[in-house]
Amino acid sequence: MNNLKDTPCGTTVTVRKVGGEGATRRRIMDMGITRGAEVFVRKVAPLGDPIEVTVRGYELSLRKADAVYILVE
Amino acid sequence: MSIRLALAGNPNCGKTTMFNELTGAAQYVGNWPGVTVEKKEGRCRADKTVLITDLPGIYSLSPYTLEEVVTRDFLVNEQPDAVINLVDASNIERNLYLTTQLLEMGLPVVVALNMMDIVAKRGDVIDTAQLSARLGVPVVETTALKGKGVRELVETAKQAAQDGSVPQVHRFEACIENALTQIECMIRDVTEPAQRRWFAVKLFERDEKVLARFRFGADAREKLETLVAAVEETLDDDAESIITDARYQYIAQVVKPCVQKKQTGMTLSDRIDHIVTNRFLALPIFALVMFLVYYVSVTTVGTVLTDWANDGVFGEGWHLAGYGAGAYEDAAAAYEDDVTRRDAWLEAAETAGLDVSALTEQLAAEEPDAAAAAQAGAVLAADPAAAAVVGTAVFEDEKTGAVVTEPVSLSVFERTLAAEAPDPADFGIWVPGIPVLLGNALAGLGIADWLYSLIMDGIVAGVGAVLGFVPQILVLFFFLAILEDCGYMARVAFIMDRVFRKFGLSGKSFIPMLIGTGCGVPGIMASRTIEQERDRRMTIVTTTFIPCSAKLPIIALFAGALFDNAGWVAFSAYVIGVLAIVLSGIMLKKFRAFAGEPAPFVMELPAYHVPTAGNVLRSMWERGSSFIKKAGTVILLSSVVLWFLLSYGWENGAFGAVSEINNSVLAAIGNAVAPLFAPLGWGTWENAVATVTGLIAKENVVATFGQTLGFAEVAEDGAEIWSLLASSFTQVTAFSFMCFNLLCAPCFAAMGAIKREMNNAKWTVFAIGYMCVFAYGIALMVNQFGGLVTGELSFGLGTVAALAVLALMLYLLLRKPSVSRNGVEAHRMSVQANS
Repeated sequence: MNNLKDTPCGTTVTVRKVGGEGATRRRIMDMGITRGAEVFVRKVAPLGDPIEVTVRGYELSLRKADAVYILVE
Repeated sequence: MSIRLALAGNPNCGKTTMFNELTGAAQYVGNWPGVTVEKKEGRCRADKTVLITDLPGIYSLSPYTLEEVVTRDFLVNEQPDAVINLVDASNIERNLYLTTQLLEMGLPVVVALNMMDIVAKRGDVIDTAQLSARLGVPVVETTALKGKGVRELVETAKQAAQDGSVPQVHRFEACIENALTQIECMIRDVTEPAQRRWFAVKLFERDEKVLARFRFGADAREKLETLVAAVEETLDDDAESIITDARYQYIAQVVKPCVQKKQTGMTLSDRIDHIVTNRFLALPIFALVMFLVYYVSVTTVGTVLTDWANDGVFGEGWHLAGYGAGAYEDAAAAYEDDVTRRDAWLEAAETAGLDVSALTEQLAAEEPDAAAAAQAGAVLAADPAAAAVVGTAVFEDEKTGAVVTEPVSLSVFERTLAAEAPDPADFGIWVPGIPVLLGNALAGLGIADWLYSLIMDGIVAGVGAVLGFVPQILVLFFFLAILEDCGYMARVAFIMDRVFRKFGLSGKSFIPMLIGTGCGVPGIMASRTIEQERDRRMTIVTTTFIPCSAKLPIIALFAGALFDNAGWVAFSAYVIGVLAIVLSGIMLKKFRAFAGEPAPFVMELPAYHVPTAGNVLRSMWERGSSFIKKAGTVILLSSVVLWFLLSYGWENGAFGAVSEINNSVLAAIGNAVAPLFAPLGWGTWENAVATVTGLIAKENVVATFGQTLGFAEVAEDGAEIWSLLASSFTQVTAFSFMCFNLLCAPCFAAMGAIKREMNNAKWTVFAIGYMCVFAYGIALMVNQFGGLVTGELSFGLGTVAALAVLALMLYLLLRKPSVSRNGVEAHRMSVQANS
């Protein structure tokens, strides 16, 4: 299984599991990245981090360090 | 009987605009998530019996952020009569996530479907009636920006509050419901029936704040854990995920039949974003935007306004609309040229053996007597030898530097004697400054000298110091409001995050620091755009390390006096400033106060839109006036105290107003604290006093050196005292003094801004204390190690202290941050997730 960090730009993936813990994990899920959600990887920031994704019809940015915990396929 | 309504919703859903529309209260509206941190209240415009509480913009009711805890505590404990849940209709799925949680709280809820204009523009259709039926609560369509649907919303909310009908909550999967029912049984005796569902869900999620509220015994805890663990086992997930997933599944199911999305390609916002955060264009565009903000608010418009406020309104006065300013400047330049010619002739006359002392004394007198000067000039001109004297006036073109010499004959000299300094009031429309007007008025009243001095030198100067910054601050806030309102501020964080988070700062810290090169006050105020408290505090602590424009005269003074005007001195000041930020960031972020609970950088990037004039102007005004109110008092008070210390002391054996700064109380204090600065290489009272007066405004350091060295007035870079200063400093001690004054506590205005932004006495004291300690450590190392290298100092106690400081700094820089239990947990979870 892949994680969101290694997902190339311009691809749409489906979330399988959100790892991590505590506040950050909860925030990621609260923002709509939950099991079964479709996530489109829009772009990477010019300095290589964070990334920008489209989820549930809006744009969200998150750090690669957190995106590692999001398992997708 | 008044009705209490609460306004809840996500950030960026137009909640603050709605609040203003409902209450008419002035309040800031931003495009940055989380601006509304405080609870705000207002009476409804349409019906004064309705009291509305504006809750912070939140995405969820988790126990992890302050805003969320504030909101849920309010809803659980205060129990408003009804909740208006504002939902951004153009982003309906995520917005309804909060709705599903609000519906469980046992309060009447009305959903306001906001931003319907955007939905209509996109061509989407939302079936409001069906949505209302499915959610089981009234749904009202609104467009807060245009005031549409607001009246209907108030009426619906009032009705809901009067009926008191609690919404029917949606049901989770059977196994979850089963567990929830059993949990509800456990808490049946200690909760209101309406709130039971909400508490049960939170307990199921293992919400620590709610768990703590119930103070369960070991048995109950174990029972709860067994219940939750059984469901987790069945669904192969953890409780938090189970609930979150279930909510989003429910929303998808509700929304599907109600919302018809018209499939379109890229929206305008998408296209803007495609360019603005493009991999190659993002940084150049960012640099351009920042340059424009800096150029306008700091160098051009900002400087003009600050000069006008400081030298005009709080100085001599100014020419209305600049009318007459040009003519006055020409006249003033012509007068100065005449003075040059006169002095040149006098110099030649003195060389020729004429007695010029009578005239020069008159000219140098503090209150020159024109008649006596003319008399002395006439006597001198009548001297038979005078006719032969020819002086040489030297003029240097300020721009080109070209030098022109001009012979000055006796007749020219006689003409120059008649020349009078032009009065700006004779040109155009002259508006006298407040100190001039007030000074005249007070002099007319014939009040005591000490009172006159207190008002003019203490209070007016203090108020001037506060208000002088206001125009520039307003210009800056105007730009920041535009950046926030249009949505670019979130992109600034997106672009710069990678660089700044290494030092415990936020991507948004870039703006305060850039502005800080002009003036630290608006720089600190700009930190308000940073939503995470931890990052904001760190930014406030470090922003004033950047040399602001008022610190440049200090640099110029020492560069001129001891470094032969070497360019690297000024450059080094900026390098030291940046290094101080980086080192402080790395050291401080490892402390628990800064490291504890790292704020997640999971940030919504709101759609771009054209900023509205009302929002921008309101934001500018509210932030500007909050600076005047909150920072003003501190600045005023400290200015008055320092005025007293400077103008009173022991002179001629008695305590009273002093004529010489050397006799002031401040000089006495300087003497007492001077030994403290001895290890830094400049432990004399003059240097200590100069450092203290620098707190009023950093450029005062130069003027104070002039005063303590016996000059009434010196140029901005203190050129007159370079040689004297060179004899009391070495290059090493001068650099140490410079470092300390650049890094230590900023001026009172900036300290006032720190207090305003920290909004906490302990943190304000920490910030200023840290700056002073850090400055002391750096200056100590500069002096001790520098002295060793140049041979000025030998190895001694000071060297040991400097080595200790160096060792401590290295330790703080290199040590591993204290790993919290949660960190280990995170690692475990990630391993699990990967397996």
